[in-house]
Amino acid sequence: MKAKHQRLILALVALAALIGAALLAASALKDEAAYFYTPSDAKTKGVEPGKAIRLGGMVVKGSLHRAADGVTVRFDVTDNKATVPATFTGIAPDLFREGSGVVAEGAFDRSGTFVATNLLAKHDERYMPRELEGMTYNETTHEMGPEMGKEK
Amino acid sequence: MIAEAGLAALWLAAALALLQLALAWFGLVGGKDDLLSAMRPVAVAQGMLTAAAFLLLITLFVQSDMSVALVATNSHSMKPWLYKVAGTWGNHEGSMLLWVTVMGVAGAAVALFERALRRDTHMATLGAQAAISLGFYAFLLFASNPFARLDPAPPDGQGLNPLLQDPGLAFHPPTLYIGYVGLSVAFSFAVGALLTRRVDAAFAKAMRPWVLAAWIMLTLGITAGSYWAYYELGWGGWWFWDPVENASLMPWLAATALLHSATVLATRDALRAWTIMLAVVAFSMSMVGTFLVRSGILTSVHAFAVDPQRGTFILGLLALYIGGALALFGFRIGTVREGAQFELVSRETMLVVNNLLLTVILGLVLIGTLYPLMTEAFGHKVSVGPPYFDRIVGPITLVLVIAMAGGPLTRWRKDRAKAVGGRMLIPAIILLAAAIAVSALAWGRIGVLPFLGLIIAAAVAVGSVAPLWKRNLRRTPLFTWGMVIAHLGCAVSLAGMASDSAFTVEKLVAAKPGETISTAGWTLRFDRIVPVAGDNWTALQGDMTVWRGNGAPIAIHPQSRFFTNPPTTTTEAALLTRWNGQLYVVLGQEAERGRWQLRIWWKPFVTLIWLGGIMIALGGALALLGRERRGWMMKIRKRSALA
Repeated sequence: MKAKHQRLILALVALAALIGAALLAASALKDEAAYFYTPSDAKTKGVEPGKAIRLGGMVVKGSLHRAADGVTVRFDVTDNKATVPATFTGIAPDLFREGSGVVAEGAFDRSGTFVATNLLAKHDERYMPRELEGMTYNETTHEMGPEMGKEK
Repeated sequence: MIAEAGLAALWLAAALALLQLALAWFGLVGGKDDLLSAMRPVAVAQGMLTAAAFLLLITLFVQSDMSVALVATNSHSMKPWLYKVAGTWGNHEGSMLLWVTVMGVAGAAVALFERALRRDTHMATLGAQAAISLGFYAFLLFASNPFARLDPAPPDGQGLNPLLQDPGLAFHPPTLYIGYVGLSVAFSFAVGALLTRRVDAAFAKAMRPWVLAAWIMLTLGITAGSYWAYYELGWGGWWFWDPVENASLMPWLAATALLHSATVLATRDALRAWTIMLAVVAFSMSMVGTFLVRSGILTSVHAFAVDPQRGTFILGLLALYIGGALALFGFRIGTVREGAQFELVSRETMLVVNNLLLTVILGLVLIGTLYPLMTEAFGHKVSVGPPYFDRIVGPITLVLVIAMAGGPLTRWRKDRAKAVGGRMLIPAIILLAAAIAVSALAWGRIGVLPFLGLIIAAAVAVGSVAPLWKRNLRRTPLFTWGMVIAHLGCAVSLAGMASDSAFTVEKLVAAKPGETISTAGWTLRFDRIVPVAGDNWTALQGDMTVWRGNGAPIAIHPQSRFFTNPPTTTTEAALLTRWNGQLYVVLGQEAERGRWQLRIWWKPFVTLIWLGGIMIALGGALALLGRERRGWMMKIRKRSALA
């Protein structure tokens, strides 16, 4: 009887832990998982300022400007439907350039500028952020195309 | 010729695996235990053939034989020798051959060295190992042939991804794979025990050293991979919750849980079904990881190629083996006798808590990793990033670490809550003292998690050593030493993580040569930019001099490297290690007016993260050695008794 009692307690604790974990995961996923946005997602759905997200798209040609401090860049991110301004302070990846795909991690500020804390560009010519698959830059650039991310 | 020999060795190994499976079948069905002695040489030969195939592939890479497609697409004749060798597994086919080789050699080791297992269980285990191997031989031979020829042969190869051209490549994948695939032995043991209905303490005692060995390698592989990412990517971070990192963490979590539940089964004959389940889950996680990485379903530095066909193949293997093992579990678990009972306040309960928390973390990481794939199936592109993982894994890990300190301070079978509380008194006092000290030092400057991490690390460090209290240290078994050191390693690692996120100082500037920058007690003089060249790269190198306070100046040389095959730029950070932290300097891009971007971090005690990882593995090694030594002692005693 006693042993049975204790098994029951253990089983209940285990069950409670599992339910707790599931609730935790559900709430964390609800808050954090809608994490990737394209510029048009951001425009249509609206992202509250300060919420950490990933913004993915192409760097608009001619939009890349370097600030006087030498470590801040300003650029526009587009998915051909919408365009949002972004800034980044730090060392940009080597493959971060105009007309190239980028995934920026950060948050929008109150003025609607995306303040990136980290830029993910492709690591090499075979790597393409998965979220950007199928996205191409309209102007003909030699950089990007729909064949990105595939073996040559 | 070499490529053909390699392919032949693989086919032969696959045929031997089939023979091994057949022998196990006839042995078990016919009740002929003596077939085990026939299986042993088959398993050993199979292991040797896979090893031979692997060595032949390395030879092809070293010779830069461009008529082999794999060499042509992944190597280059101008590459340094070390990266020709390590490049063998820096691609899909080569890494799968490494996988199969580890599996074959592990099977051979089980055939040669396992003596504690009953003969019928041993046969069933070897049969299960052969059955898993067969699937991966098929995958290699039909979907990922590493020895395929290319006609006509190109004049030179396409080269290896420069991010991989690092000594880390020589160490990280092989250790990780030995750990990953070593868990297949635990899986085969579990299947063998279920088939022969031998789930008991003796079985757990036999299985534990194999789990321990795989777990040690897995720990080392993850630690090495984390440090490699830390210095090679130049981002200053040591864990990114990349799906592929998660793929290596999940088997580790399962193996850690298995290690502890196997100890309960071996010592107290409890948790029978659960231990079998964990053994199945651990290797299943290895296979899920392989599927995630090798199918190209995820993008990552680790995903070499996108090939849906291969993904489907691995998914099929996954369904076959995991489904098969779970079905066997379902059919047979009813016949497994109920294990021994234990009281609520006992070490068994603490280890159940440990297992529960590890499993919960495993589940949450698995959900976070698979969630994007699941939502994508419904047409949404969602990514789950570090905020999710930090938020849920952080707090649970802290609870887990506290339980880890409490476990060894609780007695087996039955203990009194009051007595346990008394033993936890000193760690509790340390917790309080650390809380006061850290608050006084850095109140308001650090977040809640790093704060808790620091004080819990201090308390758990003391709690981990507490089992040695009042013991004769010379007579303390190596196994206990191993446990203490591994647990202490967890506390050390946690302290490093918390310190890194609480106290790291970062400075980002654009500076001209000749300028001096000060941060976190360090002074850095940017002397000049010089071009330098290596075997297959050229670089811009920043010559800099750093000193701390009035200390001696030290020259450092961060680089920005350009590789030509394939054309890529990598960052070579300059790292300066001191006992109390690391200075991490990255040379960025050229800014206007002759300035260069510089990023400087001072990371107090960051090295503790990997030191802790090494301690955990060392603890495992001591525990393994302790077991083996006891075996030798018994043998010696037996012999002297006979003489």
